[in-house]
Amino acid sequence: MEQSPSCLKLFGSWASSYTHRVQLALKLKGLEFEYVEEDLTNKSPSLLLYNPVYKKVPILLHLDRPIIESVIILQYIDETWTDHPIMPIDPYERAIARFWCHFADDKLGPAAGAVFGSSGEEQKAAVCQVHENLKLIEAELREGAFKGRRFFGGDKIGILDIVFGCGSYWLAVFDEVMEVKLVDPEAFPLFHAWLRDFEEQKEVKEIIPAIDRLLEYARGIRQLMLNLKDTTSSTSTSTTTATATTVATNNSNNNVVIESSTSV
Amino acid sequence: MATAEKGVVLLDAWVSPFGQRCRIALAEKAVEYEYSEQNLADKSPLLLKVNPIHKKIPVLIHDGKPVCESLIIVQYIDEVWTKNPLLPSDPYERAKARFWADFVDKKVYECGTKLWKLKGEAQQEAKKEMIEILKLLEGELGDKKYFGGEIFGFVDVALVPFTAWFYAYETCANFSVEAECPKLVAWSKGCMERESVAKSLHDPHKVYEFVCFLKKKFGME
Repeated sequence: MEQSPSCLKLFGSWASSYTHRVQLALKLKGLEFEYVEEDLTNKSPSLLLYNPVYKKVPILLHLDRPIIESVIILQYIDETWTDHPIMPIDPYERAIARFWCHFADDKLGPAAGAVFGSSGEEQKAAVCQVHENLKLIEAELREGAFKGRRFFGGDKIGILDIVFGCGSYWLAVFDEVMEVKLVDPEAFPLFHAWLRDFEEQKEVKEIIPAIDRLLEYARGIRQLMLNLKDTTSSTSTSTTTATATTVATNNSNNNVVIESSTSV
Repeated sequence: MATAEKGVVLLDAWVSPFGQRCRIALAEKAVEYEYSEQNLADKSPLLLKVNPIHKKIPVLIHDGKPVCESLIIVQYIDEVWTKNPLLPSDPYERAKARFWADFVDKKVYECGTKLWKLKGEAQQEAKKEMIEILKLLEGELGDKKYFGGEIFGFVDVALVPFTAWFYAYETCANFSVEAECPKLVAWSKGCMERESVAKSLHDPHKVYEFVCFLKKKFGME
């Protein structure tokens, strides 16, 4: 179904990797859209109207109808504008892509957020968890479902590249801000190489914010969190993020994910 | 990771609402398959081989290739066996269906577990949360026969197995789903008239017995 792209509006947040996913998909499809930056500390009536259940970004509005949740939005975009497909065609390949998209949001993302939201021994354990997750992805690149591929989607960027990629740049930011080593090129050579390749793509460069801006942002929130941890008796990161003006979100494990939306 | 066998095998556990989603989808499509009951207290080498990352059921093995995660399995089934489609053809309706199935996934099981695991104030909070969740779902259902409209679809498959847990939730937390969400209960009775659902779901009293067993096991009597 082809429609005039002037009917597309995206509500997002500049630092949200979930927003970047949608921006990247729209760019890859050559679709023009209106972008609305949401202040997540002061949610607009539109945001609350279009996403009353979660009150989060991103929200894609197409012909005045809202689509919510980034991976659902990506599939919607792919099924509505069928040029430059981002989902595989084969049902088994599609199931694999969906599985790893879910892994990114259910495991890797929260693990990375836990690194950001902790320090000392707790952080060491969180770093190990990220490494465990990256090991699994590395194994799939080396000898599993993605063996021999340049991108997870094959020769071209696909949905899984978008999902893993828009978010993995945070790993480099965390590495610098907290002096940890998440994407170790020696331990994860294929993942590291894929990430560098992904970040060099023209459309990706146009979407992902400048590293300096991300670093400044991450340093600011990290400092705020550490200050709050010092002054509160609760070590729950949900407490610190609830009072920080950030776009961090509490996931079900009470970890901080410095991405996306907000239930703050 | 793949085995050489042709055909369809479902690794599952009798009480699992996630497994039941797959059983219902396979029945709706009239797919012949081998059901393999798994002992989750002592996981089989096969289960660990086909789902090494999560080590969970359900797993669908189709011609030796494993598919994991119940909603991913249901979409796979829908895309391979295309008669009686579970997902609508319109992309916007599909997005809505995926959203609500994902909502069920994120909310119902976890909140339901709190209802039988917790006591006192915490249980009351969980009860309030569950009622809110069910009301949201009822709002989405509206006056439709199914979440899919006239067609028994993806969201119906995602949610209906949890209706067998309503009695357990109600008894543990002392409330009535029917009093709070009568349309949802009417919907669940309509679903039970479908052979795929009636054959896949267990008697709510049996589910409640299982929950009592879990409570004993976790010392939560």
